[in-house]
Amino acid sequence: MSSIIQVQNVSKSYWRDSLEIPVLNNINIEVNEGEFLALMGPSGSGKTTLLNLISGIDRPTKGKININGVDIASLGESALAKWRASNIGFVFQFYNLIPVLTAYENVELPLLLTKLSKAERKQHVETALSIVGLADRMHHSPKQLSGGQEQRVAIARAIVTDPLILVADEPTGDLDKNSAEEILTLMERLNSEFKKTIIMVTHDPHAAERASRQRHLEKGDLIEELV
Amino acid sequence: MKVLKLIFKNALRHKLRTFLTIVGIAIAVIAFGVLRTVVTAWYIGVDSAQADRLITRHSVSFIFPLPYAYMEKISQVEGVEKVTFANWFGGVYIDKNQFFARIAVNADNFFDVYTEFDISPEQLEAFKKERNACVLGEAIADQYNLKIGDVMVLEGDIYPGRWEFVVRGIYNPKTKITDASQMLFHWDYVNERLQQETPGRANDVGWYIVRIDNPDNSGAVSQRIDNLFKNSPAETKTESERAFQQGFIASTSAIITSMNIISFVIIGIILLVLGNTMIMSARERTREYAVLKTLGFSGKHLFGLILGESMLISFAGGGLGLLLTFPIVSTIEQIIPKGMFPVFQIEPVTVILAVSAAIIIGIASSIQPIYKALNTQIVDGFRFVG
Repeated sequence: MSSIIQVQNVSKSYWRDSLEIPVLNNINIEVNEGEFLALMGPSGSGKTTLLNLISGIDRPTKGKININGVDIASLGESALAKWRASNIGFVFQFYNLIPVLTAYENVELPLLLTKLSKAERKQHVETALSIVGLADRMHHSPKQLSGGQEQRVAIARAIVTDPLILVADEPTGDLDKNSAEEILTLMERLNSEFKKTIIMVTHDPHAAERASRQRHLEKGDLIEELV
Repeated sequence: MKVLKLIFKNALRHKLRTFLTIVGIAIAVIAFGVLRTVVTAWYIGVDSAQADRLITRHSVSFIFPLPYAYMEKISQVEGVEKVTFANWFGGVYIDKNQFFARIAVNADNFFDVYTEFDISPEQLEAFKKERNACVLGEAIADQYNLKIGDVMVLEGDIYPGRWEFVVRGIYNPKTKITDASQMLFHWDYVNERLQQETPGRANDVGWYIVRIDNPDNSGAVSQRIDNLFKNSPAETKTESERAFQQGFIASTSAIITSMNIISFVIIGIILLVLGNTMIMSARERTREYAVLKTLGFSGKHLFGLILGESMLISFAGGGLGLLLTFPIVSTIEQIIPKGMFPVFQIEPVTVILAVSAAIIIGIASSIQPIYKALNTQIVDGFRFVG
């Protein structure tokens, strides 16, 4: 399988006044197309930072990130926003749905940036909600849904544009065991059935076991490779 | 689902807060509208002044009279087309709370100079023929339900005694800024009685109204008139009708200035009310803006969302306030004595100012939230705890 993500010599530091706080140290990692990678590590190890860098919502202090042939660190803000819209699907720990919009409208949000007609958008939204098993709840608002259902809407929002890569930051971190299982099964299905490349950040070994590959971070260093 | 729908939904997210903000803006706009209406009503005399009319008064003060004999001399000045005069009578009608202008005029030609007072030829003829006849402005006739042939009795104060008048005419204002709240009667009627009772006060008039042939020559004509009476016991000061009216207003300039300042302070208050709402709303949505940016929404989208919400609330409050201002001003107009503000209505400039204020406030209130939303990094937005 070809490598779709290449992270080369990437470091990331934050500054607090004049104090430099290193978060990632010279990271090198490659992810193949269709792979389901779990990034593990304790709090503060830099796993979310690495995910943010790969998904283009943060920029490295040093190094190069190449996604499907595009050096995303060299893109301007506007170009990077467009690149994210068409290449990355995001799943967050706390779902991050817009509370005043229905499930349908939340899933439709990323499509508003495309040139699709209303009918085409409707078709895409209904398909995405069917995949996550919530076609019958599309007109419900987030507060009318359970945590697991909200996360499934968030996954539908992430896949509605048919992105190249799905990134998930602790997608089961706020869910009970059963809901977490459902979400992990859904992600497995997206990987196996729909061939989505997935990078999932988790500190839960049980969740990480569902991935095809695991990488551990500790104090900003990528320390070992387990399969 | 369009972005516009999201703007509406965002605005209604905290219904009570949005409602209170809209009501606050509406109340402020009403206060602004009423104050501006009072200020414009104050200036209505200036606005209704005619460029081809000069006012000649005593050089010391308007309250000092001028000799009646000046009329003939003024009428012979080059550039003068017609001269009439008027005299403030004062007096009390019914009681002291009933205020409107009661003026003794030269009945022969007063309406030739004040052509904006529309009176039928028959009524004017009847007025001229009868010594104790009077003409009322339409507003006064309506207010006191007076008709042709009715008798009006004034209790004199400047000119003591009981004065009886018969209504022989009712004039209508030709323009909406014409004062329709005056009572006009024969100066001759007053003067004759003064000749009998207090001869020392007779044969004086309050001021002359001079119609000139060319408004461009008003300065030169004024100078010629005043030169005529230089070094006389009653020197004159002639100025355009507009300047004369402005002189009146100048005496109350502190009140008007205060009202002007207060009306704009109100705009500042609206700005703070809406600004506070928008800052709170945007702060609460910091995480959502980060989500939208993550999904690919650009700065211009967030700009539109925040500005749209601010403008929506601003227009809702401004529109509601403006709609309510009309009946409120109309009610105030009914309550206040007709003579106090001859014309009391919302001027187009007040509407334009209120709408402009709503636009400016909508924009200004969104500046800080937009700046914050655009300059917050996505990762910082996700870390934000409201």
